[in-house]
Amino acid sequence: MKFVDEYRDPAAARRAVEEITAISAGEHRKFMEVCGGHTHTIYKHGIENVLPANIELVHGPGCPVCVIPMGRVDDAIALAEEPGVIFTSFGDMMRVPGSNGNLLEAKSRGADVRMVYSPLDALRIAMANPERQVVFFAIGFETTAPSTAVTLIKARAAGVTNFSVFSNHVTIVPPLKAILESPDLRLDGFIGPGHVSTVIGNRPYRFVPAQYGKPLVTSGFEPLDILQGIVMLLRQLRDGRCEVENQYTRAVRDEGNVRALEVLAEVFELRPHFEWRGLGFISHSGLKLSPAFADWDAELRYSVPGIRVADPKACQCGEVLKGVIKPWECKVFGTACTPETPIGTCMVSSEGACAAYYNYGRFTREAAAQARIPVRSA
Amino acid sequence: MSEAELPGAVGRNGTDPNEVVSAEEAVLRRIEAFRRKTPRMRDDFINSAHGAGGKASAALVDGVFLQAFANDALVPLTDGATLTLASGERLAFSTDSSVVNPLRFPGGSIGHLAVHGTVNDVAMMGAVPSWVSAAFILEDGFPVAELRAIVADMAEAAANAGVTIVTGDTKVVSKGAADGLYIATAGVGVIPADIHLDARSVRPGDRVLVSGTIGDHGVAVMLARGELGIEADIESDTAPLGGLVQDLLRAAPNTRWLRDPTRGGVATVCNELARDAELAVILDEADLPIRAAVNGACEILGIDPLYVANEGKLVAVVAPEEADAALAALRAHPLGSDAALIGEIRDDPPGMVVINTGFGGNRVVDMLAGDPLPRIC
Repeated sequence: MKFVDEYRDPAAARRAVEEITAISAGEHRKFMEVCGGHTHTIYKHGIENVLPANIELVHGPGCPVCVIPMGRVDDAIALAEEPGVIFTSFGDMMRVPGSNGNLLEAKSRGADVRMVYSPLDALRIAMANPERQVVFFAIGFETTAPSTAVTLIKARAAGVTNFSVFSNHVTIVPPLKAILESPDLRLDGFIGPGHVSTVIGNRPYRFVPAQYGKPLVTSGFEPLDILQGIVMLLRQLRDGRCEVENQYTRAVRDEGNVRALEVLAEVFELRPHFEWRGLGFISHSGLKLSPAFADWDAELRYSVPGIRVADPKACQCGEVLKGVIKPWECKVFGTACTPETPIGTCMVSSEGACAAYYNYGRFTREAAAQARIPVRSA
Repeated sequence: MSEAELPGAVGRNGTDPNEVVSAEEAVLRRIEAFRRKTPRMRDDFINSAHGAGGKASAALVDGVFLQAFANDALVPLTDGATLTLASGERLAFSTDSSVVNPLRFPGGSIGHLAVHGTVNDVAMMGAVPSWVSAAFILEDGFPVAELRAIVADMAEAAANAGVTIVTGDTKVVSKGAADGLYIATAGVGVIPADIHLDARSVRPGDRVLVSGTIGDHGVAVMLARGELGIEADIESDTAPLGGLVQDLLRAAPNTRWLRDPTRGGVATVCNELARDAELAVILDEADLPIRAAVNGACEILGIDPLYVANEGKLVAVVAPEEADAALAALRAHPLGSDAALIGEIRDDPPGMVVINTGFGGNRVVDMLAGDPLPRIC
């Protein structure tokens, strides 16, 4: 495919792996990829199995589906079951378990739950069904928040009153801090999130090297981007540098997307605190609608239960999200918790570390090497 | 806990249960043992995943239908049943229902699908499809002109497939109960005496072929629904495969196994093959024939073309010494001009499908969990 294949070129990948092997010189290095999109790419293209064994990748908290706590899913289901409501959601959220089933099950019970690809689709549904109330289940980091914001601005401009947003938007810097404060984690650096950074830029990450002494390289989402990001991290470590660098220069500018940031500031404000799945409450980490958009805030329009629900005991999503354990080290991984019957969010989203490992990476390095023996031609 | 559930006991090809393995390997073995268990039907209500052809569908079939109906002809759960007559002749018998929305899409209509779906299932058993039944569930208020057009598509599809529609049924339901109309078909054909297709005859070293570009039908229908706001020149591949199968079997008489990768796509049929043959299916991503437009649409939608439905393609496992002849025979047929060798059967890892990625790594290709796609067949 044009514009994509060049970032998946096997010859360039081999050169990058050679460079990684040479620079790291056998020393064990542990890097966290913050973003779920990176986790997905790493497994989908089998990157872990081509890296030298001394390079360890740890999967971070940047999967928007994975960080939604059970209580918020319960709230979403309560909204979906309000009489007359059309509840719209991204497909990924449909299978996330609350304390009493998921949105798909609510749909089977009769709730009008519809999958959309964008908040604008939800607004279109509202405009086409003026006699119904349409609620959009907004999730995601600064990546998706601007599109929710633009949708709300459009709804206000068009005077659409039968539309509201259940905001679960979160910000990337607070959980990053929480991870850096975590005592049980030893990291050598971060592969910084690409899509989030197209919006917020690279400046917000300066505290990572400045206060915590860890290098961070913002990277793109194609396999070669990630390998290049690892090369840049290793070069910093070799040269004794520690800074924020940008591998994803084709999309990320230092100052971010100024217009998107303005829109975010207009439509959202920080919540005092927001609960993260497995990480607990993190202050100033969630976005709610600003007073100017209160009329479109589903949490004000309807009474949601708003009850905090403890994660199932067996579930170790928190440790997985913080990178403390590998997905397969979780007690219920692959037996009680599978993509068909997920207990934790990490097993639901295709960006979740557990689902990615289960679906794509469920074999050892040796088995992977065996399988790579080329298929004989006819 | 039975012996088979003990972590170390589930060896590959008779691994010593006392063998010392890494923690990761032990977890992987535990998972494989768990996966081999018959999936349990845990849901209280049907949801869309039960119709998606993945694990939930398997749980529904095993937990509800098989429990009630189990018999020797049904249990293999292939594309259709093989029935042996007193004379020794074998019949292939299969059924299919079409609920596609929209009823018409680039490259075909629900009428074409209703005929092709059934005749292709019969053809995949090595049989020559001959007779088809058709049952119509029509909505109150459905335009007769549209019905005539769909029936004409069925007549055309039947003529092209060399089958006759010999019996049928009609029901009318209230408006809104059937998306316009649903069509259920069944088909029968005779299996030639020398043809014995079976996943259990697949051997390590056998080659995996696909008869053309993958994902065309699923993407064409998804885009035709108009909800995604993507426009591309992609047509459904809906076509009858009987002739292609006969050409293939003439060129490669030791063909082991055939399947049409409809719902769930090439990934799903390869997983069924790996499971039934208890062998590994190794695919090569770079060799998968995929149209650029299909690949692009899938990339945008976050869908893997390996899981997208086809309605006029087959996946074949052939003996290595017949692979060249099989590929040539497929490519010589108008429906197989883009045929390709896409993989190989190996011993390890048994029961799994692994794809070597174009980038140089590899990953597991699993059965689909959940239903990521709109209804497309």
